[in-house]
Amino acid sequence: MDSSVFDNNLIRFLFLFGAAGGLVAFFVALSAWLGPKSMNETKAEPFETGMIPKTDARRPFPIKYYLVAIVFIVFDVEVAFLYPWAVEFRNLGAAGFISMMIFLVILLVGLFYAVRKRVFEWK
Amino acid sequence: MWIDLVILLAKIAVVFAGIMTGAFVLTWAERKQSALMADRIGANRCAILGIKLWGLINSLADALKLIFKEDFLPPKGLRVLHAIAPIFAMFPVFVTFAVLPFGPPLQIAGKEIPLQILTLDIGLLYILAFGGMAVYGVMLAGWASNNKYSLLGGMRGSAQMISYEIIIGLSLIGPVMVFGTLDPGRMVVAQNDLLWGWLPKWGIIVQPLAFLLFLPAAMAETKRAPFDLPEGESEIIGFSLEYSGMRWGMFFLGEFAEIVVLGAVMATVFFGGYQVPYLFSGAEAASLPGFHFPWGGYLPLGEWWIVALRVLSFGFKVLCLMWLQMQIRWTFPRFRYDQLMRVSWREMMPLALANIAVTGIVIMLVSR
Repeated sequence: MDSSVFDNNLIRFLFLFGAAGGLVAFFVALSAWLGPKSMNETKAEPFETGMIPKTDARRPFPIKYYLVAIVFIVFDVEVAFLYPWAVEFRNLGAAGFISMMIFLVILLVGLFYAVRKRVFEWK
Repeated sequence: MWIDLVILLAKIAVVFAGIMTGAFVLTWAERKQSALMADRIGANRCAILGIKLWGLINSLADALKLIFKEDFLPPKGLRVLHAIAPIFAMFPVFVTFAVLPFGPPLQIAGKEIPLQILTLDIGLLYILAFGGMAVYGVMLAGWASNNKYSLLGGMRGSAQMISYEIIIGLSLIGPVMVFGTLDPGRMVVAQNDLLWGWLPKWGIIVQPLAFLLFLPAAMAETKRAPFDLPEGESEIIGFSLEYSGMRWGMFFLGEFAEIVVLGAVMATVFFGGYQVPYLFSGAEAASLPGFHFPWGGYLPLGEWWIVALRVLSFGFKVLCLMWLQMQIRWTFPRFRYDQLMRVSWREMMPLALANIAVTGIVIMLVSR
């Protein structure tokens, strides 16, 4: 079979990227061109169900969200470690299995600690 | 050379048209099915020359309305971030489908044409990577709108989506261990094997718990009820509050498209992709294409019939899984936020880890 430049996944991906980007840009442009435009002072206010906003919306926020994000990063890295191990699982044998289980138990202790520190309790 | 380009563009067109059609029909199905479940009539007003098509014209009218509506940009928000947020909501969904095979490889004139846009060895990682990009849409929309309710919705949305992304990642480890590959194409081929000579080795049969974890986690990623806290239209309206026109529509088009793509991912990983039970092509079954039943029956079929049956079977599975997501959305009430976080981290997470451990032990016992 003769090979061509379109067997390259990167080239295919660039075409896919272009097609999806074009579709998205088309939708944005459609609405921007065809919709009417009008603006006044009341309309420019953020819509907060009739209340007139007195301050900027971006105020300090509960730290809970930040904690969830930190825990997410820890466990997302764990998932990233698990994927190559899962593919090669049969070749690694019992030694690979046991070492990954030790790693998982250490992370479970971390999860248990976070649970005890009430990171996931939203009251 | 040029024929390759044409084939590639044709495949992209087929995939995009499929997703768009699916999303369009879903906006209609959502209204009709909810009406059916709530004993109402549902969309039935719009008509072109008296033709209503069971309310399908309503969806068309909705789309037209969104296109001709004012595209509002809040002057007090962050204009650039506000403008790109809907792109992040829609773009990754359309790109994700590329690694999923929607049919068996075609043999035309000595050339093999795989029915998937990208044949990637790391296909599942690609799905996770682009699935993760959808968080940016919600977060940027909430942040850039300069509106307290939007910000609340955006924060809730991002915390919810990253929490359930972990579950998605962990629940897919089990099928990867069983099939030993990250390539969805090879995963689908492996699922045509038979367990004990009669049971198709589909993902849901070898990994039932992984599917039960993946389905709710995937639904949480779409931000639809019972996981619709980022929108919560009856309390905070949500991250899309300061959007209008088609850029508002893009968030929800992306959401419906995500239902289609998630249905396709679940069909590929857990329901055998394009495979039909007991159906083998000539290359797979010693030049005897057709159904090979475990009780010894043999029903010969032409190669092109097999290809057609397999493409149809993929479409049918995706439709069933889309219907299942609709049914769940209209059956369960919304979670409370503390319940949402507890279910993900304290209940699903240990279950997903236990699934990995048990899968590992079973595979080692079986392969010994």
